[in-house]
Amino acid sequence: MMLADEIREKRQERDILLMTHIVVGYPSFDDSLRVVEQMVAAGVDLMELQIPFSEPIADGPVILRANQQALMAGSTVERCLVFAEEVNRRFDIPFLLMTYYNILFKYGVSDFTGRMAAAGIAGSIVPDLPPEEAKDYLEAMGRNALEPIFIFSPNTRDERMRVIAKHAGGFVYCVARKGVTGAETSFSDEFAAYLARCRAATDLPLALGFGVKSRSDVDFLRGQVDIAVIGTETLRVLDEHGVDGVRGFIEGLR
Amino acid sequence: MTDRGYFGEFGGSFIPEILVATFEELVQAYEDARSDPSFWSQFVSLMGSYSCRPTPLTYAENLTKHFGGARIFVKREDLNHTGAHKVNNVMGQGLLVQRMGKGRVIAETGAGQHGVATATMAAKFGFSCTVYMGEVDVERQRPNVFWMERLGAEVVTVKEGTRILKDAINEAFRDWVTNMDDTHYVLGTACGPHPFPEMVSWLQSIIGQEARVQVLEASGRLPTRVYACVGGGSNAMGLFGGFFDDDVELVGVEAGGRGLDSSAHASRLASADATRGVAQGYKTFFLQDRDGQMRETHSVAAGLDYVGVSPILANLRETGRVRFEAATDAEVVEALALTMRKEGLIPALESAHAFVQAFKEAPELSSDDVILINQSGRGDKDIFTIADAFDDPGWKAFICEKARHYDAR
Repeated sequence: MMLADEIREKRQERDILLMTHIVVGYPSFDDSLRVVEQMVAAGVDLMELQIPFSEPIADGPVILRANQQALMAGSTVERCLVFAEEVNRRFDIPFLLMTYYNILFKYGVSDFTGRMAAAGIAGSIVPDLPPEEAKDYLEAMGRNALEPIFIFSPNTRDERMRVIAKHAGGFVYCVARKGVTGAETSFSDEFAAYLARCRAATDLPLALGFGVKSRSDVDFLRGQVDIAVIGTETLRVLDEHGVDGVRGFIEGLR
Repeated sequence: MTDRGYFGEFGGSFIPEILVATFEELVQAYEDARSDPSFWSQFVSLMGSYSCRPTPLTYAENLTKHFGGARIFVKREDLNHTGAHKVNNVMGQGLLVQRMGKGRVIAETGAGQHGVATATMAAKFGFSCTVYMGEVDVERQRPNVFWMERLGAEVVTVKEGTRILKDAINEAFRDWVTNMDDTHYVLGTACGPHPFPEMVSWLQSIIGQEARVQVLEASGRLPTRVYACVGGGSNAMGLFGGFFDDDVELVGVEAGGRGLDSSAHASRLASADATRGVAQGYKTFFLQDRDGQMRETHSVAAGLDYVGVSPILANLRETGRVRFEAATDAEVVEALALTMRKEGLIPALESAHAFVQAFKEAPELSSDDVILINQSGRGDKDIFTIADAFDDPGWKAFICEKARHYDAR
């Protein structure tokens, strides 16, 4: 089934879906696996697996540090792909890869997407790859029936949103605000107007990320978007309470 | 956006969606300025009254005699206000910031020259200013931190990653994605997403425009070869910009560090160690591992140890228009010593890389030949680094004594 349809189907059962994020190999591969277990047990609907990169320019300090520590602890692209394959085999939710374009480019975009497809990954989010630069990527993703997740931001004009939506698959990732991952977001009226613009630009499901960290944030998003993305906050929970704190945190969100 | 700033296969604009609108605005401001002749004349006049432009061309008569080959000329970018060519780009972007109506500038800095130049520009134009600088660079270039702060800038020490220039660039981008409405990012070199490589090269081309006229006047002919050091590539692009249409060989000299076979270097175009990649918003040659993770680099010159290089220069290597060489740390210190004793000139360690290659080649040319070296910055203000490079015992004793005085208070 296409990812968008899968999301729509799940939305019949739940009024909002949760997508979480991990940096693969942080703090170790064993811990990453246990975190995925906990998240799936807590009822997470989709997961982003971030392959660490040395220059993650769109990420804030928490995820940046996790990228660096994962690399120092020996996380390689190959190990991340093997990990992705394993979790996809063991857990019955859609997994996405999130990383920066150089990881795909260095591996070879065609080979990388082939590996993704073989691992059963649903699609990918590449924040430094706007559609204008994505010709090779889009062709390769299409060939492998993978969903290219693209991003809307509050300062993306309506016309550009429609162009992005044309290339997008699965869902559109709406960034809640300016800035990097992990900072405060104020969910205001202006924000509602932005979501309305996102909604008007595409029929694909919408995910909302950047700054979603509590049950009240998730409650606010019910009925407005299809997926709430919990990124940085789960890393904070992991850092403060260890792997065992993750499940309770996720369960408390919905 | 149709023109995304490609030079052959290099360049482009690999930016997060949140910055797309900001880059569209910047591209527009740049294109307006470029097609408005009054912008360039305003720029030239500002640089004439504020930064000693045109900078002189010096005939290095003693070095010429010493090597017994080509006549050696030196373009004196070191005589700019703030001591390096960096100010050309910075003042030009300052004029653009005025046009865009923004009130805050941010910058990355490696050696500190670009940070000092940006802090200076911000003081003159009345902008608030934040400079990002890697922790390693803060330690080795502390005097520049002192000047930036005295000039009114906030200096943020970057403790992430390898804590050098590339990490400072990442932090500056993180600031920009948050504060783009009133903030302009004054990128310091001919790298990064479009329009920076092209725009910075254009502003720096004032070097080559002047140098071409000056060398013709002084020697009656065009140079046979032109030498510039290459970190990000802005001083090289600036000087080369005056000679692209001429039958002049262009030579870029990168940091050879402890040698090209040591892996402790920063040669992206002169060594086989760098490969194509996409990072920090653009495609070029990067010193990276198999997975695409950026590697640590090394140079005695903090301004040359960047992992990437101008996409324009990457393309000029592919087309063969520019030849790339590398100079080792040891060769650089030797060339600097010789230049000081023979000519009384004190090139920055960065600039001394260009001197190394010129000195290697001067003897094989004839006295009819003219070669031109870009002295992109002055070394005397980097006294701590250069004293260390010479391992000067008198200086070390002085610093220890000075520290004892501070401790005693």
